[in-house]
Amino acid sequence: MVMSWIYVFILFVSILSAALHGNMQSLSAGILEGAEKGITLSLSLAGSICLWTGVGALMDKAGMTLILSKFLSPLLRLIFPSAKKDSILSQHLSANICANFLGLGNAATPMGIQAAKRLAAHRQSTVASGELCRLVVLNTASIQLIPANVAAVRASLGAAAPFDILPAVWITSLCSAGLGLVVAFLMGKVWRNV
Amino acid sequence: MYNYIVPSLLLISSALALRKKENSYQLMLHGGAEGLKILVSIIPALVMLLVAVTMLQASGAADWISHLLSPMFSFFGIPPETALLVLIRPLSGSAALAVGTQIMTQYGPDSLIGRTAAVMLGSTETTFYTISIYFGAAGIQKTRYTIPAALFADFVGFFMASLTVRLFWT
Repeated sequence: MVMSWIYVFILFVSILSAALHGNMQSLSAGILEGAEKGITLSLSLAGSICLWTGVGALMDKAGMTLILSKFLSPLLRLIFPSAKKDSILSQHLSANICANFLGLGNAATPMGIQAAKRLAAHRQSTVASGELCRLVVLNTASIQLIPANVAAVRASLGAAAPFDILPAVWITSLCSAGLGLVVAFLMGKVWRNV
Repeated sequence: MYNYIVPSLLLISSALALRKKENSYQLMLHGGAEGLKILVSIIPALVMLLVAVTMLQASGAADWISHLLSPMFSFFGIPPETALLVLIRPLSGSAALAVGTQIMTQYGPDSLIGRTAAVMLGSTETTFYTISIYFGAAGIQKTRYTIPAALFADFVGFFMASLTVRLFWT
């Protein structure tokens, strides 16, 4: 529903602006051009999506999330103290974060939702606990080893080295997730807990 | 360094799956087929959104929006040309991909602006969608400070994307 509003808003703003600037001819020409670009983009993503979901299925079956989660558990207990007492919660949490890290979106979301349900059940309330807020903040800040779709778009547009943005992406997502968590911690101290 | 990561990830995952006596090649084919199904389901969205984004640009509205926001963006060192991407990123993943692709096409994938758009896309998530899924499933009505904290994390992402690209490529 939100997207319908956004779409109508975009069309309205475009037509208004074209009328004011006398760009109606290029606007009208742009419509079919845009539709064609949509297909071009889909095609340039197809190879990368096919490859990475295939590799994702492998990583899942090979137990790579389990291997990663061993390294992660100390940090996890710091952010989610209830994971110390609840081993199932701890498993869901680490599976969620590791799957996100490996870019397995299909596996990450169900795991994260399981963890969220468990955290909510601990409190039996419709008010989010500090830990649940932190879980959601962590999931809204993407930490991904290989942003494959972006690299595919870059490759299709003729970038010299499509993956050369990786270090910048890692630094950026670490800062964004880290500071997001710090702010969530601080706000949790002052925000009314009801 | 990073050139080793993608190839070795391919090798490691295949080898580990094979060691677990999984039919690794078959697994890849099944996974890949699933991925293509997902892609087919988002193609209409990508077409509709690229029509909308192209209209925004052709009408001059995109320039107008980035011009309007440019004092604020320049203050934080974020290229105003990425304004549309910054605005749409927390709302819709496909729309962000459409806008990001358009920016990379217009300025070139290896330009500072194109790279900034790429890093922004790769290091942030569809914040509002994620929030609604998680809290909806957990039956939470009061989300407390989650939205401000998540939007702050997004802002840090946009800021750091601009900063790292400027530091690495100028």
